[in-house]
Amino acid sequence: MNSLNLEKGSSKKSAYNLRNTTGDTIETHTLAVLVDNEAGVLARVIGLFSGRGYNIESLTVAETNHADNLSRITIVTTGTPSVIVQIKAQLARMVAVHDVHDLTVEGPSVERELAMIKVVSKGDNRVEALRTSEIFRASVVDTTLESFVFELTGTPEKIDAFVELMTPLGLVDVARTGVAAIARGL
Amino acid sequence: MGFFYAQYGVSKTMSKTMTGAQMVIQALKDQGVDTVFGYPGGAVLPIYDEIHQQSDINHILVRHEQGATHAAEGYARSTGKPGVVLVTSGPGATNAVTGMTDALMDSIPMIVLTGQVPTFMIGSDAFQEADTVGITRPCTKHNWLVRETNKLSETIHQAFHIATSGRPGPVLVDIPKDVQFATGIYTPKEKARIKHYQPQVKGDLSAITELVELMEKAERPVFYTGGGVINSGKKASKLLRDLTKATDFPVTSTLMGLGCYPASGKNWLGMLGMHGTYEANLAMHGCDLLINIGARFDDRITGVLEKFSPNSKKAHIDIDASSINKVIHVDVPILGDIAHVLEDLLKVWKSRGSKTNSAAIKKWWTQLDEWRARKCLSYKNSDTIIKPQYALERLEALTKDHPNRFITTEVGQHQMWAAQYLGFEDPNRWMTSGGLGTMGYGVPASVGVQVAHPDGLVINVAGDASWLMNMQEMGTCTQYNLPAKQFILNNERLGMVRQWQQLLHGERYSCSWSDSLPDFVKLAEAFGAKGIQCSDPQDLDEAIMEMLNYNGPVIFDCLVEKHENCFPMIPSGKAHNEMLMGDASVEGAIDAEGAVMV
Repeated sequence: MNSLNLEKGSSKKSAYNLRNTTGDTIETHTLAVLVDNEAGVLARVIGLFSGRGYNIESLTVAETNHADNLSRITIVTTGTPSVIVQIKAQLARMVAVHDVHDLTVEGPSVERELAMIKVVSKGDNRVEALRTSEIFRASVVDTTLESFVFELTGTPEKIDAFVELMTPLGLVDVARTGVAAIARGL
Repeated sequence: MGFFYAQYGVSKTMSKTMTGAQMVIQALKDQGVDTVFGYPGGAVLPIYDEIHQQSDINHILVRHEQGATHAAEGYARSTGKPGVVLVTSGPGATNAVTGMTDALMDSIPMIVLTGQVPTFMIGSDAFQEADTVGITRPCTKHNWLVRETNKLSETIHQAFHIATSGRPGPVLVDIPKDVQFATGIYTPKEKARIKHYQPQVKGDLSAITELVELMEKAERPVFYTGGGVINSGKKASKLLRDLTKATDFPVTSTLMGLGCYPASGKNWLGMLGMHGTYEANLAMHGCDLLINIGARFDDRITGVLEKFSPNSKKAHIDIDASSINKVIHVDVPILGDIAHVLEDLLKVWKSRGSKTNSAAIKKWWTQLDEWRARKCLSYKNSDTIIKPQYALERLEALTKDHPNRFITTEVGQHQMWAAQYLGFEDPNRWMTSGGLGTMGYGVPASVGVQVAHPDGLVINVAGDASWLMNMQEMGTCTQYNLPAKQFILNNERLGMVRQWQQLLHGERYSCSWSDSLPDFVKLAEAFGAKGIQCSDPQDLDEAIMEMLNYNGPVIFDCLVEKHENCFPMIPSGKAHNEMLMGDASVEGAIDAEGAVMV
């Protein structure tokens, strides 16, 4: 379980701060939600989170099963254990939702995010940026004499680390896709 | 069109070509709908044209779209069938939002059909255009915008399935005007794909057995029942009675559950919660086994959560997984339909030859009877002024033997008094706005109930302020000769607001009086109804009888004590054993922490 052991007390962003939850540790969970690919389905899911005061750290969505017209929404969310259970139950009872998987508790899974990072610099900083990008196995997808656009795939933490290193080297812009995740094994 | 045939396997002989508007009527007929509550407008004219040319479906013309939704709720709640609403686009749809939210909170099956501007005008800010599916997404169980006539009938069939299965609720189908005009192929009810939405109705047998084991050992058990028992159907109420008989456990009920166990039954403790009885609330606080059957630990029931039923094992039977462990952690969760689960529970109970801990149960009843002897609903009567409690006691005495009595209410003090002083022997006889607390619910709800039960005695117990909120529906009563009785406990106040201001806002009565009230007797006459006013307790019985004997709609203006408070009351932020009683001092009843809660 991905416990962050944040400060005690429930999330102030949620109506649940009124509630006596059985556990008061804030956890981060990655949920894979299989939904009908129909108009408004993303609004339903997002509306559930905003309407009930749940957090969304990251959200990605795309059609993944054309034959059955299903999309997969990957949501990274935070909350106390009881809030996480409630989020899953609320998602599962939506008519457009076929399945909810909590990848954080259902065994090992892999998470990846893609980012494009623009760095503008000259001289030593430019050389250092390129050298660092090789360590991270980022690829250069665009370049001018004074700029790079790096493409990097990895866990959110890896991308965070790369962005942090690029900041003093001329970082000007970051585009991130959000997390896509899938269970390991069969 | 070929694609359509291939996908659905529908033969030409089974499916007919018709316009979208005709499909709406055909689909409603196929779903067994006999009544639609609605109001026409530009974007639904094709459907109204079809309504005009048939006689199978009775259309009740309301006076406001909110009225249509509450009337449909009254119809649904009193029959167990879904209520159907037909309104136009834009303001028609937005006016229906309150009723849909009300139905969502109280799990009432309802199908709302809205007109929409033609598909080619959507997004252009056309006249009477609103993003209806966007606006109603959070206040429906599901909704659809139908862009193709070929999909219309199937969508309506799906709407009925979703509204009535699992935890019931409102659904909305938004139908653009060009879709109503265009022709397409009708999908019969049997051919409609109801997709993956098939909620689990059978409870897990091992969990049920676990509950039976707890019931065998329990020393101080209580059944905490709710609207889920009523939504599950009449069989669930019957099974609850059987179970109570088999175990001799006490029964309490939420506002939504009144009638699932008879008020005259010997195990009845009365309603629980903020304005529940002393014995019901203390039973909840003191029990060692709390069995929640189709209720949802609402904040009006639990009081402050930290002190809620502190020494009990808790079981929860509910059809909605998200209701379980939402507010209160339970030891035995059972996901399923109440009737299915109770049936299995009784089977397990009998097959095990289960017996309760009868010595302990007997002791528990001694305790419960002591609490009952506190007579928490007693009040100080008056010879000169009608006390609201007295008015309801007399109404109860004079109507309880009517074989077909239905009560609706508005929202406020009168609603709580009605729940306390009126007794319900059967389910589907009590229609009130519980979760949302919608003032203005009662008049249109009484319209819907009376339409569904033309021979029933329908009484809307109201307060003066709430009653005015949808009083336009008196016109509907007169037009369709619906003899519903409007029993207004008139205290010229927003009584519950006034009570809270007295208790926690230093008796500063900000905007909580009803100034410039209409003359209700003249108002009745203006609507073509009968008006009766009564202010003397001596005259009350005769006046009520006059109301009951009149064959037509009546507005009864019952002038009552203006400053009566509704007790018992669990103040905000307090526990079940910290009730205020009618004879107690109310000063400082709610502390600062409680005052921020609603």
